[in-house]
Amino acid sequence: MIELLSLSPPGWGGNLLRGLMNSLQIALGAYGLGLLIGLAGAYGKLYGGPILRDLLAVYTTVVRAVPELVLILILYYVGTDLINKASEAMGYGTVEISGVAAGIAVLGVVQGAYSTEILRGAIKAIPIGQIEAARAFGMPPLLLLRRVTIPAMMAFAIPGLANLWLIATKDTALLAVVGFSELTLETRQAASSTRAYFTFFLAAGALYLMVTLLSGRVFARLEVWARRGQPSLRKAGG
Amino acid sequence: MTGLRTWLLPHRIVMIALFAALVLWCAMTLRWDWIPKYTPLAIEGIWRTLWILAVTTVLGFLLAVPLGLAQAIGPWYLSTPARIFCTIIRGTPLLLQIWLIYYGLGSLFPQFPWIKDSSLWPYLRQAWPYAVLALTLSYAGYEGEVMRGAFAGVPRGQLEAAEAFGMPRFTKFRRIWLPQAIQSALPTLGGETILQLKATPLVATIAIVEIYAVSSRVRQDTFIVYEPLLLLAVVYLVIAGLLAFAFRKLEERVPAKGH
Repeated sequence: MIELLSLSPPGWGGNLLRGLMNSLQIALGAYGLGLLIGLAGAYGKLYGGPILRDLLAVYTTVVRAVPELVLILILYYVGTDLINKASEAMGYGTVEISGVAAGIAVLGVVQGAYSTEILRGAIKAIPIGQIEAARAFGMPPLLLLRRVTIPAMMAFAIPGLANLWLIATKDTALLAVVGFSELTLETRQAASSTRAYFTFFLAAGALYLMVTLLSGRVFARLEVWARRGQPSLRKAGG
Repeated sequence: MTGLRTWLLPHRIVMIALFAALVLWCAMTLRWDWIPKYTPLAIEGIWRTLWILAVTTVLGFLLAVPLGLAQAIGPWYLSTPARIFCTIIRGTPLLLQIWLIYYGLGSLFPQFPWIKDSSLWPYLRQAWPYAVLALTLSYAGYEGEVMRGAFAGVPRGQLEAAEAFGMPRFTKFRRIWLPQAIQSALPTLGGETILQLKATPLVATIAIVEIYAVSSRVRQDTFIVYEPLLLLAVVYLVIAGLLAFAFRKLEERVPAKGH
């Protein structure tokens, strides 16, 4: 069993770690992209016009009701098709789209819908006077976002964002279905060529669990940091 | 009245018209000639999806009640395993769990002659027992956490009142504690059930022909890519909408205080 998991070629440990790295890379990229989409989406939902708000409502509803697997397939096919058509129209011929980029883009769009809702709720939880005060001093919108909105909403957003990060790491496993060699697919390949199913699936489970538990720690620290200076919930509740 | 009026705002009418035009365009220009041939298979697939969803949510919920109870009030030798179970389920991808159970248990069972000789063996050779087991455990893991909070959230006075009336422990649990915990957990349970619906296509990877697998088969047979996927997304949207509606009706049965 130890030989099977060893890092050098007769063992498959190296493959698993490479898969883990791929998974983490995609999860980080998708999470970051999702946060950007989410911030824009939350602003659109809060301050946008009626048409923009309705379109965003359709986006968040559809993405949260359709299985990620189906969305990944649709976005993957549509995305590669569109890019190929665009590059052909410009005379470049078909382009090869890297699996990592496609995975990040597709999962990022999915994550964006969830983080739109989380960030919208968090921004709404900021006492409105803080934002109004900044506006009254003539703070430009981007500075207001950076100095007031984001720091003030962090404490409200972090529990939801922590959950979303865990969803991002676990959703990378879905890319196995479209044949991207992240941790779950590497594990399955290792398991089916050695017939040691339990060993490899349990090892991969342990790796995922390690990521989950470690990120739980990190987010707990982040929450303490984001809540610094605020009265603790328990004391405030009386 | 107000509900209808919000749909009749000018910009919404334009958007609905645009959407209708888009649907019409899809119906006219995309290829739908494969539908009649695959309709029986699709209906069977939808039926199988709903069946898996119903069985795994019911079984998973039955498992989640003791899990939640053990974490809320159980002694350490019950609460610790329950907490570890929930952490493991929630900390690893469902796809990995499904494959571990299907390939792992599936390769383990044939090694034992007494399992091979038992009357259960014809079932254990099929894929669906593993799919049901994996999805049930997953739902139970997520729900156990929800029920823990729900059990702990029932006001103490309610339980003390039941004790003061001399209710036996089990009656108190059945009549007071469980109904109130379920009531307060219903919104979360509704969301989790939709998440469970979204998890069902994963069992297509172990050769169960539910609706997602049907659409993949259409794609492989006919090389039509978008149409089956679009229709599939619509099917899931409809099922999710019906689930959300059903849970809202369930929630409305008990009037909430102050609303």
